[in-house]
Amino acid sequence: MANHLQFNFQDATSPLMQELVKFHDHSLTILFFISALILYILMMTSLSKLTNKNILDSQEIEMVWTVIPAFILIMLALPSIQILYLMDEIASPDITIKTVGHQWYWTYEFSDLSKESEIESYMLPTADLQNGDFRLLEVDNRISVPMDSKIRMLITSEDVLHAWTLPSMGIKVDAVPGRLNQVTFSSSLPGLFFGQCSEICGANHSFMPIAMEVIPLKTFESWIIKL
Amino acid sequence: MSETIEEKLKNYKTAPFDARFPNQNQTRNCYQNYLDFYRCTKALTAKGVDPLPCDWYRRVYKSLCPMSWVQKWDEQQEEGIFAGNV
Repeated sequence: MANHLQFNFQDATSPLMQELVKFHDHSLTILFFISALILYILMMTSLSKLTNKNILDSQEIEMVWTVIPAFILIMLALPSIQILYLMDEIASPDITIKTVGHQWYWTYEFSDLSKESEIESYMLPTADLQNGDFRLLEVDNRISVPMDSKIRMLITSEDVLHAWTLPSMGIKVDAVPGRLNQVTFSSSLPGLFFGQCSEICGANHSFMPIAMEVIPLKTFESWIIKL
Repeated sequence: MSETIEEKLKNYKTAPFDARFPNQNQTRNCYQNYLDFYRCTKALTAKGVDPLPCDWYRRVYKSLCPMSWVQKWDEQQEEGIFAGNV
């Protein structure tokens, strides 16, 4: 979850989010270098006592300030395209979970086994929180998913638009009534991850969070049998 | 490719990737498998053949389709107002 006044991304849980964070670091570094260079040039030219009103052109400097930006753009484009195609990787998933948005809670359905199971996930009201719980993020029933497995999530809504979000995995998918949106992800880290509904959906839009537990496969198997 | 339908059903984990529906919108994937199950059952039963192979479509649509959609379509079929051609 995000801490107070957090500017940066949450720690990456999925391999894809790790790549996105690395790319963001790379792009921001380039941006800072360019900004520093521009500030320096601005300062030096405005404070300089040298004046020459007769400069018209210079092939050499124009070559330099064309080639270097072109090189910088290539340095930005290559990892960007790589991640774009990585996101579109086709893989047969290990498990399918359906997420249905309602006003104002989420339901999660597991239908791969012969027994269909469903969980309803409502936010815990502030008055019911235990010491150490996170306000507006805790839910009564968390969804659990197995670690290191490719999970296909199919997201839809029963009433109005919602959006299912997990920032630590870099996932934000619209829940549209009458449509099934697919996202595939996997997590290499066990843990508890939070998100919040990201599409305005009425009075309690801010109060329908997502809480996901990533647990080892054996623990997941014993959990799902009990549903 | 040489797996029999019984083996495929026995080894079923979840709906596999379907190249007919490669994109984010999987609505048609769910609906098509629902239709295919009922069409397959109707066709095989009419021929007097065991409709076991149709179970594949049932497993796939159960994996993909939200339970409320399936319930609604089943009720529409019972009332004779289902819009699909089954």
